[in-house]
Amino acid sequence: MEPTQTVARRSRGRWLILLGILLSALTLSGIAASPAMAEDGSTPSPSSEEDFEFFFIGNVKFDDKPLEGVQITVEGNGYEASTKTNAEGRWELGVPEKAEYKLTLDEDTLPKGVVVQEGQATVTAEFGLTNRKAVNFFLGEGTRTTTDIGAQVLIRVVNGLNFGLLLALAAIGLSLIFGTTGLSNFAHAEMVTFGALMVLTFGVDLALPIWLAIAIAIVLSAGLGYTLDAVIWKPLRRRGVALIPLMIVSIGLSLALRYTYQFFYGGATRQLPGATLPSEIHIGPITLSWIDVASMATSVVVLAAFAFFLLRTRIGKATRAVSDNPSLAAASGIDVDRVIRIVWVAGGALAGLSGILWAYFRPGVSWDMGFQILLLIFAAVTLGGLGTAFGALVGSLIVGLFIELSTLWLPSDMKYVGALVVLILVLLFRPQGILGRRERIG
Amino acid sequence: MIDWIAIFSNAAQELISPTTAAYALAALGLAIHFGYTGLLNFGQAGFMALGAYGYAISTLSFGFPVWASVLVGVGASVIFALILGIPTLRLRADYLAIVTIAAAEILRLIFTTNTFDALTGSASGLQGYKDGFAALNPIPPGTYGFGPFTYNAYDWWIRIVGWTLVVIFALLTWLLMRSPWGRVIKGIREDEDAVRALGKNVYSYKMQSLIIGGVYGTLAGMIFIMPRAVVPANYQTSLTFFIYAILLLGGAATILGPVIGSMIFWVLLSFFSGFVARAVEAGWLPFMSQVQAGQLRFILVGVAIMLLVVFRPQGIFGNKKELAFVK
Repeated sequence: MEPTQTVARRSRGRWLILLGILLSALTLSGIAASPAMAEDGSTPSPSSEEDFEFFFIGNVKFDDKPLEGVQITVEGNGYEASTKTNAEGRWELGVPEKAEYKLTLDEDTLPKGVVVQEGQATVTAEFGLTNRKAVNFFLGEGTRTTTDIGAQVLIRVVNGLNFGLLLALAAIGLSLIFGTTGLSNFAHAEMVTFGALMVLTFGVDLALPIWLAIAIAIVLSAGLGYTLDAVIWKPLRRRGVALIPLMIVSIGLSLALRYTYQFFYGGATRQLPGATLPSEIHIGPITLSWIDVASMATSVVVLAAFAFFLLRTRIGKATRAVSDNPSLAAASGIDVDRVIRIVWVAGGALAGLSGILWAYFRPGVSWDMGFQILLLIFAAVTLGGLGTAFGALVGSLIVGLFIELSTLWLPSDMKYVGALVVLILVLLFRPQGILGRRERIG
Repeated sequence: MIDWIAIFSNAAQELISPTTAAYALAALGLAIHFGYTGLLNFGQAGFMALGAYGYAISTLSFGFPVWASVLVGVGASVIFALILGIPTLRLRADYLAIVTIAAAEILRLIFTTNTFDALTGSASGLQGYKDGFAALNPIPPGTYGFGPFTYNAYDWWIRIVGWTLVVIFALLTWLLMRSPWGRVIKGIREDEDAVRALGKNVYSYKMQSLIIGGVYGTLAGMIFIMPRAVVPANYQTSLTFFIYAILLLGGAATILGPVIGSMIFWVLLSFFSGFVARAVEAGWLPFMSQVQAGQLRFILVGVAIMLLVVFRPQGIFGNKKELAFVK
């Protein structure tokens, strides 16, 4: 759960780092070390203060297009000056002293639909060992946050529902696997990642149409669930391995699978087709992209279908029976092994779909993306009551909503903290979860 | 050609490296939790982070001397253990697992966030806290040792302090486990209800075990940061899983297991990654890049955990009768 990832989420578009890659003036070699910086430095700026020897420099771009005429102001040590970016989006501001200054990007001079990341329009910068200091402003798509509190709450609620629904897809599988086999499956995160990686392989690398790639990915995810059960979990059940060793095996499996993904796909984050579509649907204060709408609709339809399966079909009822009490179910003639196999296949498919939606929500596909939300999935399952499918749904929605709403008062790189704290508090007061029964916790 | 001497000498260095000592001590703490009491603590990384940050922040931000910084770290981990234990020690084992893993992540996120940058240094972490520890070093400056084990005075000082702590705490654990207290603890692992029927306060014993093992982890966190900087990314859940791998390798309910397990783990890991990296360099594995060679070790650890648990759950030194999880 890296902070960069949480930032990327908020913007519904990539936050762009607009400046030379040089991070800080702590780098000893400074300008000489980076060719990009040397180029920046040698270009004359429209209104640079020629008398000074210390400069703040930067480059304002959005979506790789330079923004002209953006006003930057420097202030501090009794000195104040401002400049505008040139046609290449570059700016340069000279200051009299090698000291700390405050730099402000005037948001009113940005084009419509572009904003500076919240709280980052003004940055404090200080020179390091060189006479030049690159200053970054992080831009993103979106509307100025002049929206009132009610509208903000509404936006977060919609985002939270979207996130909660995709969590629910993964959580229901995890919860049913726990219910039918007693296994706390830490490798569920890797089943989530698998779905997204398969879409990446078929949709991007092999350039199949995206709907076909998604269909293939879900089928393969179901196949992964089946394979894991057939190759690892079923033989271990046959050996009579106890639950805690099983859980540790799943941790080992999670570690091995995760780094196998990194081995083959590398450490970079890549985008699925359409992940950066603009947000063009406006409902009141809420702006959504088509991807958001499709994602929520998919989750709702799949969850409803799965609920129908659990409540109305024979095998679904058998699944709930096994989840409730495996020995009793076996005694009444239910083929427990078959039910467990179905749960693994369904759990794999749901986790894969959840991974695909998570790849669009973050947005991006990376080797550890499932592991980033593993604890949230566990939190959702525990909140709802271990082993209950509908508890997992309720728990996921609560976790999703809580995470998004908590950004109203928590910094966004801390939003997962709130959800995990709530998990601990719920265990304190209602350990069986919201829909769980007391006897389960024993 | 492959430089076998470099591979072997790098691997040999791991035998007494401070990192090996830190993992050994953390694994000893986990042996108390998991091996002897049967508590599934998945938050040992959190205890180590508290040691590291407790020490570094007290030294850097408050200018505390070494002993006070150590006390701050230990105090923080006692409080952490209480917070973890109160809601979960009455519940089934896997609840403790989920809560401890969540709590360790909470700590890591708090240490990573920009909000407390002034204190924690956020994602880039902290350094420059070693002066007090280095000033206690009685070894005169210079280079000592032989063969691959040649280090300067500070490097020897870390190793001596680290391994002395490991020996002291291994002895302490041995004494604890043959005391009446240790018998109660092992009784709880075997049959909680039976111990309760004898009139023991199981909850309180579990809590004491959680605190003691956590303090081991905290001290391990302090040894861990002496040869490097404090970086929050080091305290991810995979750190806990590595310590579990060491514990399962050596034997969960043993004293020597965690210590020897840590040595074997790091020597083998260093040998393996050294060999693969150089084999790639020499063109023996044309389908692999250097970066991929570095990731192979994690895959190996994961597979090793799975195989150990299934085929030799008692580890190298363990006794199959003394297993927390065969029930």
